[in-house]
Amino acid sequence: MLEWLKQPWPWYVAGPLIGLTVPALLLLGNKTFGISSSLRHICAICIPAKIPFFRYDWKKETWNLFFVGGILLGGIVAAQWLANPAPVLVHPQLAEELAAYGVTDYNGIVPRDLFSWQELFTLRGFILIVVGGFMVGFGTRYAGGCTSGHAIMGLSNLQWPSLVATCCFMIGGFVMTWLILPHILQL
Amino acid sequence: MLVKEKVRKTSLKKEPVDTDYEVRSQNAMCVNESTLDRPLVSNIKYGVLGIFFGIVFVKAEIVSWFRIQEMFKLQSFHMYGVIGSAVVVGIISVALIKKYNARSIEGEKIHLEPKQFHKGQIYGGLIFGLGWAITGACPGPLYAQIGAGATVILVTLLSAVAGTWVYGRFMNRLPH
Repeated sequence: MLEWLKQPWPWYVAGPLIGLTVPALLLLGNKTFGISSSLRHICAICIPAKIPFFRYDWKKETWNLFFVGGILLGGIVAAQWLANPAPVLVHPQLAEELAAYGVTDYNGIVPRDLFSWQELFTLRGFILIVVGGFMVGFGTRYAGGCTSGHAIMGLSNLQWPSLVATCCFMIGGFVMTWLILPHILQL
Repeated sequence: MLVKEKVRKTSLKKEPVDTDYEVRSQNAMCVNESTLDRPLVSNIKYGVLGIFFGIVFVKAEIVSWFRIQEMFKLQSFHMYGVIGSAVVVGIISVALIKKYNARSIEGEKIHLEPKQFHKGQIYGGLIFGLGWAITGACPGPLYAQIGAGATVILVTLLSAVAGTWVYGRFMNRLPH
């Protein structure tokens, strides 16, 4: 059983489990699934700076912070006790392309050749780690949700604005992967 | 058409802007629909659900930078399968909840707020998409990556908080 759990889980197991989070949150306490809002709550708690967008009763939203705190703990549990000792299997074509940029370590959840404390102080690492993160935080809030809030929760509730947002997420991702990222990785 | 437009405009003017609910629902996807005041300890159940969710994230390699690259390079069906099947299960669940007027375990009637369209879903969506392909993570996976030992992602998370703050600071000047 444990051996089986340690293998990478297939999509048809993981997808439905993630989908079930939607009714689980609704049934537990009338909460709608969304993760990027936690970033807003952190702003509201730490640096509201009298900005109206951050002036609300965040104490009512602490459930969201418990939820993301749980995700972090879940990451620890999975890495400590359920880890698959083998490196990530990636598409041979991707491996070949990445090797050209010096990415050869497949042991981490993120490529250690790109995302590490040493890399942070290089131009490439700074763009990947800091600029990338900024765009995730800025973009999700501007769009009013992320993959969980729009693509999963919004689409589950058949909301067409969420479909627009999801399509834009994908377009942005394709543009970055095909047109821009190769130039960043070359740095 | 004209009348409709007029009605829309007047209703916009009348809208209260500073009540707590308005501010919260203005943008956040995770509007907390519950009006019950619950003690802090009641939040533990969401923590437990989060742990379960984080394990799924890591074990299905949804938080793997490589899987996101494969998705955008159309080299693997994995992520499409995950998101697609999650949405199908979500649609069925929400439809059942609506059909049977289900209540939460705290006895509240479950209520889902419809999403309002604004241009931010396009501009913001594109910006997030660009960032997603760089970091290989949307906000949820960032937390799981840190937990799974990629400690430098803490910097990415802080940067995402900064991005959220900058949006909040300048949102009035952005097209919506």
